[in-house]
Amino acid sequence: MLEQQLINALSLGSVYALFALGFTLVFGVLGVINLSHGAIFMLGSYAALLLVDKLALPLWLAMLGAMLITGLIGLAVDYLVLKPLRARNAPHLAPMIATIGVAIMLTNITQSLFGAENRRFPQGIIPEDSMTLGNLHVTAVQVGIVVIAFVLMLVLLLTMRRTQLGRALRAIAESPKAAYLLGINVEGLFYLTSFAAAALGGAAGVLVGLSFNAISPFMGQPMLHKGIAVIILGGMGDIRGAMIGGLFLGFAEVMTVAYISSDFRDAVAFGLLFLILLVRPSGMFGKILERKA
Amino acid sequence: MDWWDGFWATYNTVVFSIGVNAMLALSIYVTLSCGLLSLANAAFMGIGAYTASLITMEAGLPFPVALAAGGALPALVALVIGMPTLRLSGVYLAMATLGFGEVVRVVVLNMGITGGPMGLNGIPPLTEWWHIVLLLGVTLAFLARLRRSKVGRAFEAIKEDEVAARLMGVNVAGYKLLAFVIGAAIAGVAGGLNAHYTFTIGANNYAFENAVDILTMAVFGGTGNLIGPTLGAAILTLLPEALRQFQGLRLAANGLILVLVVLYLPKGIWDPRRLRDWRARRADRKVK
Repeated sequence: MLEQQLINALSLGSVYALFALGFTLVFGVLGVINLSHGAIFMLGSYAALLLVDKLALPLWLAMLGAMLITGLIGLAVDYLVLKPLRARNAPHLAPMIATIGVAIMLTNITQSLFGAENRRFPQGIIPEDSMTLGNLHVTAVQVGIVVIAFVLMLVLLLTMRRTQLGRALRAIAESPKAAYLLGINVEGLFYLTSFAAAALGGAAGVLVGLSFNAISPFMGQPMLHKGIAVIILGGMGDIRGAMIGGLFLGFAEVMTVAYISSDFRDAVAFGLLFLILLVRPSGMFGKILERKA
Repeated sequence: MDWWDGFWATYNTVVFSIGVNAMLALSIYVTLSCGLLSLANAAFMGIGAYTASLITMEAGLPFPVALAAGGALPALVALVIGMPTLRLSGVYLAMATLGFGEVVRVVVLNMGITGGPMGLNGIPPLTEWWHIVLLLGVTLAFLARLRRSKVGRAFEAIKEDEVAARLMGVNVAGYKLLAFVIGAAIAGVAGGLNAHYTFTIGANNYAFENAVDILTMAVFGGTGNLIGPTLGAAILTLLPEALRQFQGLRLAANGLILVLVVLYLPKGIWDPRRLRDWRARRADRKVK
């Protein structure tokens, strides 16, 4: 059933790619490894769940709402934690350690509010239609995941490549100081980046919540680890790299589970990560950004 | 001495934990003092814990031998994986060591001799309080001596500016590897001590969260000197006991502390210069 596995790999890989996209965007523009991205991903699925559950919003609206909410949380994290560190010109390990703290806080506050157990979307919310092509089985959720993930990726890619905004962001990635001197509103674009990255992370959270229909406060951490593997595979800060790295990881995992053993599923990402770092630390597309500490 | 017996019976694991956590915080201090952020120390602790436990349980060798092996094997592993990985800098190294830690966890989960997902149970309780005091003392004395030696100065130079250190003829790769190996050995011994009073160990005791805990203690205390990590470990081990009434939000408090310390006390709570300034200001005020 290779074809079926490929479809599973495509939908898993799209989610990884979408998650990694925000992660890599923050690294590319802000030069920060934001380890709270996993917690924000987790909050995305809780936000969607609450919007569906309490406000009875339709799924598509709940998804947009969840993106807005996680985006604002990302903005708050940037304002409260990353901005003071930027202002102090702190060494690059400082934001990494601080965002670990943020992730611990968000995870545990969620746990004490909603409990540690898995939560589910109410019945009937998740479209149960599925298509059967020959002996292939494709669910509506899988199609939705792939379509939404690819649309969001394409929008981001085109924004970065074709618009004035994208040009400004790339200028900042090259040198925030030079960008500032050219009259680019660097601080504003930092906020925008943090917002967009967190919104993308939240979207990934909603999609994962839908596809497994199990939401827990601890779902962020494993995803974060996968995201790290993906952006290392693809090259840190590179958008194409995040997309291809995500699909590649999804493929590698599904194939490992299908043809080797599900025991090693979690080792795949890190085996790959380790290998890539040893052989080609800049990833498939990246160039090593030597940022001075 | 009744109160002592009662106190000891209730709190001996807390006291043991402070000692072991202090050693772990010192193990990450060594690598940080050389400018390396390694998230592999929890994995090294795990390797040490499994090695030491298997030696006392399966081979029946004496405890000191088990502890020595518990330090030696992680050091050896660090030597092997350090050679290629330490070429990486900054966040790349942190990621690589994180990846290594996860690989160790999955391997341990899938091995027969480690008990797989069940972990090891019935480890003989051989750790006495004086073992911990002694080994923590030895670690502190060793690191204090190291700080003032040529090696310690080389670490300092690499941490401040790697390129300049290399231009001055410092063997950067060699010293980084040395710091990594020393850190792994200390973490391994701490793991061996820990396993022999907790009775049971499992692969998930040595995952990312634990690496973060270790890092938090060191960063919270301050990594500029040896007192910082020790003090940080003591306070953060006691804190959950003190915050017992907040239950679910206890860990959230840990996270908040980590954020606040990075933001407002970048050198940790034990920062001699800040303390000196503070005392000087107070003295000034008294004179007026």
